Amino acid sequence: MSDLALRPAAVGGLSSGWSRFWIGAAAVVALAWASTAFVANEYAFFATFVILQFVVLATAWNILGGHCGYVNFGTGAFLALGAYVAVALHKAFDLPVIALVFAGAAASALLGAFVGLLTLRLRGIYFAIATLAITVVVETAVLNWDYVGGARGITVIRPHEDAVFGTYNRMLVVLMAAMAVAAVAAARWVERSAFGRGLAAIRDGEDAAEACGVPTLRLKVAAATLSGALMGAAGAPLPLYMNFIDPHSAFGMNYAVSALAMPMIGGTSHWIGPVIGAVLLGGAQQAVTVTISSEINVLVTGLLLVGFVVAAPKGILGLLKR
Amino acid sequence: MDLELLLDATVAGLLLGGFYAALSIGLAIAFGLLDVPHIAHPAFALVGAYGAITLQGMFGLDPVLAGVILAAPFYLLGVATYRFYHATFESRGSDAGLRGLAFFFGVAFILEVGLILVFGIDQVGVRAPYIGQALWLGEMRLPMRLLVAGGCALLMAALLILWLKRSFTGRAAQAVAQDETALALVGADPVKVKQVAFGVATATVAVSGALLVIVGPVEPNMARIYIGKVFAIVVLAGLGSVPGTVFAAMILGVSESIMLSGPAASWTPAVAFGLLLAVLAFRPQGLFGR
Amino acid sequence: MTIHRRTLLAATTAATLTSPLVARSQPAGAPIRIGFSIAQTGTLAAGGRPSLLARQMWAQDVNARGGLLGRPVELVFYDDQTSAAQSPGIYAKLLDVDRVDLIYGPYGTPVQAPILPLARQRGKLLFGNFSFRANEELRYERYFHVAPFGATPDAWPGAFVKLAHRNNFRRLAIVTADAAGTVALGAVARETARGLGMEIVYDQRYPFNTVDFSAVLRAIRSARPDAVYVGSFPNETAGIVRGVGEIGVGNTVQLFGGGMVGLQFAPLLEQLGEAVNGITNFQTYVPEPTMDFPGIREFLARYATAARAANVDVLGFYLAPFNYAMGQVIEQAVRATGRIDDESLSRHMREATFDTVVGRFAFGPTGEWREPRMVQVQFQGVRGTDVEQFRQAGRQVIVEPEGLASGQLRTPFERSRR
Repeated sequence: MSDLALRPAAVGGLSSGWSRFWIGAAAVVALAWASTAFVANEYAFFATFVILQFVVLATAWNILGGHCGYVNFGTGAFLALGAYVAVALHKAFDLPVIALVFAGAAASALLGAFVGLLTLRLRGIYFAIATLAITVVVETAVLNWDYVGGARGITVIRPHEDAVFGTYNRMLVVLMAAMAVAAVAAARWVERSAFGRGLAAIRDGEDAAEACGVPTLRLKVAAATLSGALMGAAGAPLPLYMNFIDPHSAFGMNYAVSALAMPMIGGTSHWIGPVIGAVLLGGAQQAVTVTISSEINVLVTGLLLVGFVVAAPKGILGLLKR
Repeated sequence: MDLELLLDATVAGLLLGGFYAALSIGLAIAFGLLDVPHIAHPAFALVGAYGAITLQGMFGLDPVLAGVILAAPFYLLGVATYRFYHATFESRGSDAGLRGLAFFFGVAFILEVGLILVFGIDQVGVRAPYIGQALWLGEMRLPMRLLVAGGCALLMAALLILWLKRSFTGRAAQAVAQDETALALVGADPVKVKQVAFGVATATVAVSGALLVIVGPVEPNMARIYIGKVFAIVVLAGLGSVPGTVFAAMILGVSESIMLSGPAASWTPAVAFGLLLAVLAFRPQGLFGR
Repeated sequence: MTIHRRTLLAATTAATLTSPLVARSQPAGAPIRIGFSIAQTGTLAAGGRPSLLARQMWAQDVNARGGLLGRPVELVFYDDQTSAAQSPGIYAKLLDVDRVDLIYGPYGTPVQAPILPLARQRGKLLFGNFSFRANEELRYERYFHVAPFGATPDAWPGAFVKLAHRNNFRRLAIVTADAAGTVALGAVARETARGLGMEIVYDQRYPFNTVDFSAVLRAIRSARPDAVYVGSFPNETAGIVRGVGEIGVGNTVQLFGGGMVGLQFAPLLEQLGEAVNGITNFQTYVPEPTMDFPGIREFLARYATAARAANVDVLGFYLAPFNYAMGQVIEQAVRATGRIDDESLSRHMREATFDTVVGRFAFGPTGEWREPRMVQVQFQGVRGTDVEQFRQAGRQVIVEPEGLASGQLRTPFERSRR
């Protein structure tokens, strides 16, 4: 059911006014910027990059998934498309990072629009499987694209130092922080606007919504396009972060599952839910990777998924409400 | 591509399709009929495969026989799984689909780690007199292990179809997929019916697993590569149709084999899944769906 | 479970160690830490785990001998899940948080790809681990690769093609999995074949994790090749070997194999048994008389004990000896320079010659061995499924290069399988 009525009371203190949101957002970016000057440990930036990337992915996923009710299995395709468009342009023209991000976003926005059009005739699980099929098709295309290395992947040469932030990696973290803020702002806008209410109506009963005159197809395509654009934007810096990209790491199932699990763990009803889920699950994965490690990595993800799904049906937000 | 190669590829594809059908049949019931987003289906099959390996190790059993023996405990596993799934998700409301999906992903991961811890990460397989042999049909040679897999698949499909059409629980399972309330009004308990159906589906997965390890050696992270294929087959078929699932599996197998024997073999997955997208574009409910 | 296994491994290895050797002096002081990520899970775990085991064996051996510069050696490692997305973060943690002194590379060309630039940024010495021509572009002078590949592609994968050419086989089929390592193999095979003027009659990549190869093998057969170069990963290798046995690849084929991953490891050899006969494939070490390096047999015997306890590949021919040799290289360099910093060690390693369980070698300008030592072996006389038979000479006969050959190539392919 629609939680619009419950929201102000449920997460009180965070909800009123755009000004409060933007102050908080500015604080996040400022904190990221400041940390590049004061934190000596380079590893912290590697881990933070990954977690921020998941914040963007989870938030983007939730726009189509949580708000609109269409489960997207194809996060990997959107992310990878953004990454590969960025790599191709970087190889051809050596453009600044911002340009690569916009290019990646644009490419995945197009893919998102296409996926949105699919929803015209496909409901529920048919849609989800269709997004899975699209991932395979896009991955196969990339495997056959020799310019970016195909299956071998491609090494990306980029500077190590950065004039403003110290190292290039730190600059990427600040970029990701800004992207996370943008994604969350978009999600917040979607939630509060008539657009968002239309999406919620679709989620709660598409036929009824149509009968009431809601332009369902237009809304779905818009949601999918926005979702895709954000995922593509999140993918664009990935090859620069890794100095390398290959289809195996870009199209990995890990992204598809995480983008789905994080909003579910955090809560799908409010924009803060995917953020909480991303920080929690992403943080846990990073922590386990460099401590207990080995097969326990996968076990921890599995246990978190099962645990939350059983114990916290509405995610952490649901637990907090009680 | 000359005609002979095309014919060979088609026959090879039918055999491969038989193998795919063997893996997908249980899902046609579990997911197709009962709407359970059973992402852990290939993982269950992999557990069945390791079960067959273990039984062969301990008693020297033929893998197919081992699979059939495992069907009984797998039936109980299926009943238990469905009971848990229903209590935790279905009865709790609208978000069930997404949460059920995440749940089964979690289960699949946990099973994978369990297999690594017990069996290690190396490949393991089974032995059988028919593995490595081929049947001669004119000029063509048909690998026996695929014939066995396909044959068992067809047999399982036939038995399932019989069960669905002739038995009370089978017909009730089909009914519950169409209209749960009506079934309840007739006096049958929908939850019990779905439990039995899921149990039957899981029992077939035991045999699917045995067939999986007959076709090739297995390793714990193998389940992941089949998730996409088996769901694609069930969706292509149209939810709930067992004969449709066999047919869709054959289509997938044949299209893959033909692509593999051609000049653009590296595009095979795009064609196979592109086919799925194309079908869904014209028939959103799948080939034989309701 | 991992902890349990490590304890068991430590116990068994310690037991086998202390019997022939007397622990001379206990190493003391701050440990010298060597850090790395390794594929304990994921697609390349079957190679990652034996690598790890060998590295651990060396650490235990060197500590029994008094450590390095009197200090104990400690390995710090994490599982990268065979993912290039995981390895950068892990190495950052190793360097910044764990503060390791030296680093080894992970296993897998793509997984290592992000680490070479990272090592260069930090000035760290980096050991490669069977990564393919990783340092070609960067030419980082502190990269060292303890693997018999050599710097030019001729040694491998070109060796198979050269073998075909030498035997006057002119029509080549190239079929590889569409995955990182195998596509690279196929590219070099193609290049070498063109350079030698051979005719490429079939050239395809099949999707990674293809299940059944009947269609592919039939297509290859209809092209009537003399030699078939295959680049495949273990699951596919199993399918291809079975397929060849079941439906055949045609009586024109004289030479088959080349780059099939998996046939170096005990688990797959046990599965396939006699079906591998006749296949000619790459290896890094086989117990043939021409490869009897000092210490290798004793190492493999000790490794087998540890491998059984740890439930990994019990033969250990492919990766383990080279991962052990990495440690021997460090040991000899440290002893020669008296230092453990990257600059001193690198400078020494660029000039020195090393004596290890995989023979004597020196590093060339890109960090590869000056003299390659990859071999192509043909499986001959394999009977039954007991992998212990591979410890005897004569089962994996070296047919290329000529300098290391220990037997004759049997042709044509289909007849050599009986």
